[in-house]
Amino acid sequence: MTIDRRLVLKGTAAAGAAALAAPPFRPAAAQSRRETLLMVSENPPNSTDIHGVGANRPAYEASWNLYDRLLTFGVKKDSNGNDHYDYETLLPELAEEWDLRPMSVTFKLRRDARFQDGTPVTAADVKWSFDRAVSVGGFPTFQMGAGSLEKREQFVVVDDHTFRVDFLRRDKLTMPDLGVPVPVIINAGLARRNATEQDPWAMTWLRSNPAGSGAYRLERWVPGQEMVFARNDAWTQGPRPGLARVIWRIVPQSGNRRALLERGDADLSFDLPPKDFQELQAARRLKVISTPVENALQYIGMNCERGPFTNVKLRQAVACAVPYQRLMEQALFGQAIPMFGGPAQPETAAWPQPSPFTTDLARARALVAEAGFPNGLDTTLSFDLGLATVNEPISLALAENLAAIGIRVTINKVPGANWRNELLKKEMPLITNTFGGWLNYPDYFFYWAYHGQNAVFNSMSYRNPQMDALIDRSRFAEDRAEYEAAVKGFVAIAWADVPRIPLFQPNLNVAMQQSIQGYRYWFHRQLDYRTLSKTA
Amino acid sequence: MMLAVIAGRLAAALPTLAGVVVVTFLLTRALPGDPAAYFAGPAATREAVEQIRAQLGLDRSLGVQFLGYLRELARGDLGLSITTGQPVLSDIVARLPASAELTLLALLFAALAGISLGALAALRPNGWLDNLCRVIATLGVCLPAFFTGLLLIYVFYYLLGWAPAPLGRLDAFAAPPPHVTGFFLIDSLLAGDGETFRSALAQILLPALSLGIFAVAPIARITRGSMLAVMSSDFIRAARAHGLSARTVVIAYALRNALLPVVTTLGMVFSFLLGANVLIEKVFAWPGIGSYAVEALIASDYAPVQGFVMTMGFLYVLLNLAIDLLYRVIDPRMEVTA
Repeated sequence: MTIDRRLVLKGTAAAGAAALAAPPFRPAAAQSRRETLLMVSENPPNSTDIHGVGANRPAYEASWNLYDRLLTFGVKKDSNGNDHYDYETLLPELAEEWDLRPMSVTFKLRRDARFQDGTPVTAADVKWSFDRAVSVGGFPTFQMGAGSLEKREQFVVVDDHTFRVDFLRRDKLTMPDLGVPVPVIINAGLARRNATEQDPWAMTWLRSNPAGSGAYRLERWVPGQEMVFARNDAWTQGPRPGLARVIWRIVPQSGNRRALLERGDADLSFDLPPKDFQELQAARRLKVISTPVENALQYIGMNCERGPFTNVKLRQAVACAVPYQRLMEQALFGQAIPMFGGPAQPETAAWPQPSPFTTDLARARALVAEAGFPNGLDTTLSFDLGLATVNEPISLALAENLAAIGIRVTINKVPGANWRNELLKKEMPLITNTFGGWLNYPDYFFYWAYHGQNAVFNSMSYRNPQMDALIDRSRFAEDRAEYEAAVKGFVAIAWADVPRIPLFQPNLNVAMQQSIQGYRYWFHRQLDYRTLSKTA
Repeated sequence: MMLAVIAGRLAAALPTLAGVVVVTFLLTRALPGDPAAYFAGPAATREAVEQIRAQLGLDRSLGVQFLGYLRELARGDLGLSITTGQPVLSDIVARLPASAELTLLALLFAALAGISLGALAALRPNGWLDNLCRVIATLGVCLPAFFTGLLLIYVFYYLLGWAPAPLGRLDAFAAPPPHVTGFFLIDSLLAGDGETFRSALAQILLPALSLGIFAVAPIARITRGSMLAVMSSDFIRAARAHGLSARTVVIAYALRNALLPVVTTLGMVFSFLLGANVLIEKVFAWPGIGSYAVEALIASDYAPVQGFVMTMGFLYVLLNLAIDLLYRVIDPRMEVTA
């Protein structure tokens, strides 16, 4: 025991000072820094295979950039002049052209397209990939089904570079559904070599070994910490991407993500609380882009099958009691589009559109009395604790106003892991929640949120045969006027019966350095690396 | 003899570990949240959730699930984490060194600062140093570790720009050193890579400091108390009477004798730092096992939580053994038996 304590202390202090004083800027790194994007987010991807069990949202982003699809969507400018994908234009990706017939579509594949291991992309790969998507069950199969892509027999290899999809029914969602993140084209030969008898679709192997033809290849993946992408220089399915590398680091603490952006160490981040975005926007040092999330709404849902809210008068009373404007200011800091105070009857077939409701406590009180609750009532208001930054202030403000009209609520905070299970049970009388659909059609939204098929998103268990008939009619209507009449019809019923009260259309916010160019909003709300670049 | 002691101790720990296995299995099952619903995805129907439940084997009875778990455990298989998509064992092996490096450095810092402060304070009770020690100890305990961490980041990174970005073990553009021990500080030195060593040291300094500050207090208090008792004992008076230098008296005689309770405290502090790690890892994006367990818990991902508790149980058993053995080194009169 002859270690001199003071020497040790001096030594550590000196080493510490040296480390702290080391300049963060290194000339060798600066060169590549210009072509590298450092992105920080809260949650890590858990897979590179979008068909995998439990693949999370960040995994969709990995898959989107590592793989190609047959076709993709065009681009337009939104009202702020930012790039916004265009759901009305379909563009070639792995297919160079297609021939759309009433009951089938035939794709010609690019002859020069190669997977990242160098093997050419053939129609057999496309068939294997689509067969896999409709066979493995869970989310991918469900999403394929949303475009009437259900059976393996629908996918036909005509020759090496020609591939046909036979339709089960005429469905306007079939073509756009081929451009969503799910129908990726996988290197079937490579995947089959890594499949086993118990695992014929190579689910285990593809989870961490991407086998695509995408613009980026996976350079490094440390699960839970970082994912590093490198540009695939052989990629010819679109313009050459501007970024040579993308480093995606997981930073769980939102304050730190903001600090990293403000100090200029990180280039881009999505996940920040609304208040931080408001402040960053005001400070103007960073570029903040807000885009309304298409076809998405935050709402108050009321159980129409059990409990007090089976009474339509009571639901209308709640709709008159919501402090709409206060929610916009105190919960959202103005970072959303209000969806209230609109015309009494729908005037357009647009969705989302403002509801006719406004805050009117006197009328709400009268409706509670009319509903037969002269002494008021007690109930619970539930929300997902995982999204508490927005849900909690909404719930508190709502509870306060409801108390004023005699509805006394207990607030029930449901842990994130348990929320979906609670939704599936459909027992909660009163909730606030958010729902959005990938495909931007009103009938698509209503099919999941209001239809009597009673999907999990119809969290109110609302059933009305009239509503179902109009939704079904609009989904397959070929005539524009007939379609719009049906849409206005079901929106009018939604206002009259109020199973759910729309509050606002959320924004997707992203903050980035001024040097980042080419950000594009996508319906899947993940980042597309291919269009991004950095100016010096 | 020593080996027999170790073997005996390890054997005695087996029932403890078995208990840990049973309790964690039951506890994770008692958690609120349903992994099947969570992993079935946002658009799942009730049937889809049941399908996932069957795939995960969660539809079978608890007993059957437990037997399956034991069978896999016997093969060294801790299961698959659904949040990271990797085997739990490889996740833990990859992340444990990060936590251990951070905790050990924090402990080193806390021990150096705490023992010096405590010993110096004991030499002049109620002097200014003693009062300073009291203030530091109080502050260190009442500021939660994650708060100290956020404060340090705000001052040293955000305001002053001295510390590197809180991005985990290395800055985003540095590559990890070749894997030998998993401790970046040691591995980079072994590889003779000064640049990486500096980067790793700069990254670990703030988290280790925030974690360590929390632990200075108990160590300083115990050292002070124990030193005070020893300094007023007969053999110190005898040593002084024999004209030994103050330095020899304090360091060779007093401090060594005062260390026994300090070592006990160190052991306790270490285990407690491993726990406090969870929050510090969150704040500094540190890829350790604490943050791993928390994320798994949020997703009701059973396997990593069980793996984490198992690993911690195992570590504590080893730690207690190490402390007992250390007693013998410090005080050969101690009897260590199985």
